[in-house]
Amino acid sequence: MTTTVNRPAGPPSGRTVAKTKPTFKQRLNVFDVKASPYFYVAPFFILFALVGLFPLVYTFVVSLYDWHLLKGQGDFVGLGNFVEVLQDRFFWNSLFNTMSIFLLSAIPQLAVALFLAAMLDQNLRAKTFWRMSVLLPYIVTPVAVAMIFTNMFGEQYGLINNILGSLGLDPVMWKNDTFASHVAIATMVNWRWTGYNALILLAAMQAVPRDLYESAALDGAGAVRRFFSITLPSIRPTMVFVVITATIGGLQIFTEPRLFDPVAAGGTQRQFQTTVLYLWEMAFQRQNFGKASTIAWLLFLIIVLFGVINYLISRKIATADGPRGAKVRLSRADRKRIERTNR
Amino acid sequence: MSVTDRTRPRAAAAEAAVPARPAARTPLRQRFLGSGTRPGFLSYGLLIAFLVSSAYPLWWSAVIGSRSNETLGETWPPLLPGGNFWKNVGEVFDTIPFWLALGNSLLISSIITLSVVSFSTLAGYAFAKLRFRGRNGLMLMVIATMAIPTQLGIIPLFMVMRTLGWTGEIGAVVVPTLVTAFGVFFMRQYLVDVIPDELIESARMDGASMISTFWHVAIPAARPGMAILGLFTFMTAWTDFLWPLLVLDAGNPTLQTALSQLQSARYVDYSVVLAGAVLATLPLLVLFALAGKQLISGIMQGAVKG
Repeated sequence: MTTTVNRPAGPPSGRTVAKTKPTFKQRLNVFDVKASPYFYVAPFFILFALVGLFPLVYTFVVSLYDWHLLKGQGDFVGLGNFVEVLQDRFFWNSLFNTMSIFLLSAIPQLAVALFLAAMLDQNLRAKTFWRMSVLLPYIVTPVAVAMIFTNMFGEQYGLINNILGSLGLDPVMWKNDTFASHVAIATMVNWRWTGYNALILLAAMQAVPRDLYESAALDGAGAVRRFFSITLPSIRPTMVFVVITATIGGLQIFTEPRLFDPVAAGGTQRQFQTTVLYLWEMAFQRQNFGKASTIAWLLFLIIVLFGVINYLISRKIATADGPRGAKVRLSRADRKRIERTNR
Repeated sequence: MSVTDRTRPRAAAAEAAVPARPAARTPLRQRFLGSGTRPGFLSYGLLIAFLVSSAYPLWWSAVIGSRSNETLGETWPPLLPGGNFWKNVGEVFDTIPFWLALGNSLLISSIITLSVVSFSTLAGYAFAKLRFRGRNGLMLMVIATMAIPTQLGIIPLFMVMRTLGWTGEIGAVVVPTLVTAFGVFFMRQYLVDVIPDELIESARMDGASMISTFWHVAIPAARPGMAILGLFTFMTAWTDFLWPLLVLDAGNPTLQTALSQLQSARYVDYSVVLAGAVLATLPLLVLFALAGKQLISGIMQGAVKG
């Protein structure tokens, strides 16, 4: 606009100034619009590539070498470390322990969290108080949780064995027995995370339209029936989310088994040595970085595999009978019911 | 509240429509299990049981931590704390550099929180509100990286820190978690609905540059989301154990690695260990009392959006 007005009036030198000035401004503006988004996302991608992605990829490189903590890089051994680790019974032992602890924590946790969420999804008095009460364990750090429960599960003077003893029962060898130690460690995880997951599931439950429940109640469905045929199908996506996060975290469990026996890495007989704990032992006690990287990379593949399986299962469930089917059925029933009452 | 208002007339209609149902239930059972609108004693009883199981381990630690090691041997633990708490705390202070560890943890968690929240808001805003080539592809990358366990890259990270001579320093703990994919994803989801496009357009019409639009329009709207993300990032950084254990030494620990030293001392006095656990939980208890509501709404919002 201004250029056309200025052009005839201004002297030749002023004309060029008047001509370039706005275009420079405009070009600056275009540059601002086009480039700004990249400047905004760049810090994340650059930092993530440096501190997240690069170490992960480089772990694979290290796993191809004989690599000592202090001596550094040694000979190239190809997949030799992988062959050795896959034949290492301590590796399989650690994988078994990780899976066992994971299942003992994930399944009861999800079941109790669902129940707890259903309890909280009622028209309670002092809602915030109850919600805070279930979240309380979340603010205790895993290290403190491990310290507290390690003492409670003590074999000689622990609270739990004391109570068992006073009831005339035999003490449980919470550390020396494989299964009992897994239960003890899973208890620590469950104590901290059940309430947190219950709140996530509660949020999903509250998003379920209330009239679905009302029409089901009108049709004579009891509370249990309503829970299984309305609540559960509707919150499936959130349940999948909870399971996936629990898997990623659960397969990398370290703090609780590390502190359950502060001296040996995962018990005297490795009865509760998890994979990350074995990785730690391999890297910083046996100082074999090559093999430790191999363990890290294998665990990475397992976690990704679990993620893919979770994803596929959740998609299958979603298409087989999702919440939509239930909704349609109920709304039809609702319509009938309304018609009947109107008559 | 609105739920009750909506359900009451419907419930009344239900009783009118099916008169046999309410009569079949005894009033006692209804009081116990609850009528449709208010839960009964059973629900509150179960919630109280959950409350006890949530709180008791902490309470028990406070009881043992304020008495002596011998209390642990008693069949039924005493119900109330004793008078030894400060004596035990004194021993905690003698064993580990508690205040240094607390200061380190505060510093590390604050820097990480500041960095994650700033970069996540910036990138989340770009993904939510700006149009640029490759946006969808890059966003997919963010989502994909959320599921990648980057913690498994600890061995090369450790080698890098040692080469840089950063082991033993706070910086080594801070650097690997300066950004998170979850943070970007969270802020993107938050900002998509919170800022109307018209607001950005009108700021641009008024001649505001991109960055000043971000500063004056996006940031004020993003504040609640930034607070939630900040709270969670702080908690995650505060509870981290494996990485600080690797790169810091006993002389310059975080609170978590320092606490773990109590447990691994040669002669373990359990009342001191538990006093330490309680002492380290106290700041978070205070935070919980002050910001517990925000924490709950954060978890619940993240669930719906995530």
